[in-house]
Amino acid sequence: MINMTPSKIQKSASCTGDPNFIQIIDVVKKFGSSTAVDHVSLNIAKNEVFGLLGSSGCGKSTLLRMMAGLETLTSGRILIDGIDLASMPPYHRPVNMMFQSYALFPHMTVEGNVAYGLKQESVPKQEIKERVQSALELVQMQDYAKRQPHQLSGGQQQRVALARSLVKRPKLLLLDEPMSALDKKIRQKTQFELGNILYKVGVTCMMVTHDQEEAMTMADRIAVMSAGKIAQIGTPNDVYEFPNSRFSAEFIGSTNMFEGELSDDDSDLVICPYLDTPLQTRHPNNLPKGAPITISIRPERIRLHTQKPQADSNCTHGVLEQIAYMGSYTLFYIRCTSGKMIEVNVSRQVLGQLESVPHYDDAVWLSWDLDSGVVLAQ
Amino acid sequence: MKTNASVPFYLKWVPKGRTVAIAAPFIFLLVFFMIPFFVVMQISVVDPRLGIPPYTEMLQWADGALSLKFNFEHYVNVLTDEMYFDAYLCSLQVAAITTVICLLIGYPAAYFIARSKPETRNVLLMAIMLPFWTSYLIRVYAWIGILKDQGLLNNFLLWAHVIHEPLRLFHTNTAVYIGMVYSYLPYLILPLYAHLVRMDYTLLEAAHDLGARPWKAFVTITIPMSMRGIIAGSLLVFIPSVGEYVIPEILGGADNLMVGRLMWDDFFNNMDWPVASAATAIMVMLLLVPIALFQHMQSKSIEEGAV
Repeated sequence: MINMTPSKIQKSASCTGDPNFIQIIDVVKKFGSSTAVDHVSLNIAKNEVFGLLGSSGCGKSTLLRMMAGLETLTSGRILIDGIDLASMPPYHRPVNMMFQSYALFPHMTVEGNVAYGLKQESVPKQEIKERVQSALELVQMQDYAKRQPHQLSGGQQQRVALARSLVKRPKLLLLDEPMSALDKKIRQKTQFELGNILYKVGVTCMMVTHDQEEAMTMADRIAVMSAGKIAQIGTPNDVYEFPNSRFSAEFIGSTNMFEGELSDDDSDLVICPYLDTPLQTRHPNNLPKGAPITISIRPERIRLHTQKPQADSNCTHGVLEQIAYMGSYTLFYIRCTSGKMIEVNVSRQVLGQLESVPHYDDAVWLSWDLDSGVVLAQ
Repeated sequence: MKTNASVPFYLKWVPKGRTVAIAAPFIFLLVFFMIPFFVVMQISVVDPRLGIPPYTEMLQWADGALSLKFNFEHYVNVLTDEMYFDAYLCSLQVAAITTVICLLIGYPAAYFIARSKPETRNVLLMAIMLPFWTSYLIRVYAWIGILKDQGLLNNFLLWAHVIHEPLRLFHTNTAVYIGMVYSYLPYLILPLYAHLVRMDYTLLEAAHDLGARPWKAFVTITIPMSMRGIIAGSLLVFIPSVGEYVIPEILGGADNLMVGRLMWDDFFNNMDWPVASAATAIMVMLLLVPIALFQHMQSKSIEEGAV
């Protein structure tokens, strides 16, 4: 699930800039009586690619638009490099945005679009020419300088939009759903290309997306947003492996949730009413005995057996109800005797090692390791 | 047996729905526009005479000879007549100034309507179209009541102590401009609105984001994006303004000699139909360029999905 691109590995190493380059402090945005952004605070380091991830209407786009100055703040502060942006109109901010629809000016050529931002700050003509040229070279669109936007494909338009927002050398680049207007096929290739360009330029970037794969591919850190609040901030790896809440566990990837309560005698054990054996996991020590608890176990962390394994805990059995063959992996859906459905992801390689491939309605056993479960905050 | 052969032969002559739909307006325009226009063109090349009709026939049969006579004298007369020359100039000037004033008033209005909430928008559009429910002639007459020396406007200004003696408005060129702008303003606002309401306002956000102040963004993005609407609306005002007769006749002074009035005089007072027809033909030719431009804009808009 987690795509570590070459660019990102290099980039993470170079990401040693000021960790408080961008500071979003207790920002609130209200539209009438509804709160779109609810007391959000976060910091973005210099040269970091930061992803805001959430479903539509979670407030991520509003936050992005506030960074650009296209929405006003109800309260809170936004600092870039120590400068407060609150009262600064969009045309003075050292921030440029790549719009979801690209918003290329249809009555100008590619060149004209890219030069537009530079013309606004009276850069000498010769310099405009050079900077436009190098921006177009960066996105490999130098051969299309004289074209009109409507003569370009979606991917080409996106690259022009990127060049236009990078040519002013903004302190912060905003990307609003950068891939949403592209076909699924070229999306992944474009994610890598875009990631490489951002790395080459070394720009601090905040991107908004509802696509977790996109966020995980491109961002150094991501924030999962829900109902105007930040549910979790961390590296893609942290957020995936150690979700802190039900929301982020379910939003990123798929997972199995087990509700239960801590056993009275053994503090490691969780009594889960719908499993055969107690569930054993690591949990924070401050939880009282008998406390209710929710554990998330990712489908690829669960092993599938055709025979009963030797185990006193972290083991259960059920009937194989559905199989979804996905090529490189297969999803099995197992119905426990209690009625609970558990999703298991078995890779092609592991599936080949099984003694026999299970079929529909076969009785199967499931087991997992002590570290596989993550305790979620209530 | 459902083949074409089973269709009775006489039904083949019944035109299809598509043909009827296209032919109907063509036939209408042919009968009520093209034929009268050719009649006017014909009258412009024959001689005037006393009688009914007050002109000679183009095709004449005399002494066993059929003669077809084109007399271009009237064109020469109109073109060399200083009065007509001034009248054309005056008409073009009045139409141009009317168009510019309409644009100055109409652009902000169209922009404001396009950017208001959809509910408000419909009310405002209704308000623009509402005057069409009353006859144009009556509305122009109503302006007499407003503009005359003891009219509504002067009485109000006197009452408010803005002026101490009535302004001389009625029967002046100012009154003509007021009447023209009032009458033609909706023709500018509506097409312009149609263009502005379809504009993608993210483009303005992008311009601000790239450093353009509001005024600069308006000049570099909004105006070019609505240029088609500006041209279409301006031509819809300009073209009929040139030949306007009613407004200068009712509101204008005796010194206002727009070409429409001169033609009226030639047709009905001097009974010189050929000269009046020649003047009409020349006016149409003058307007041919803007009309062709308008047609070009329209077809281009339709081609590009009415952007």
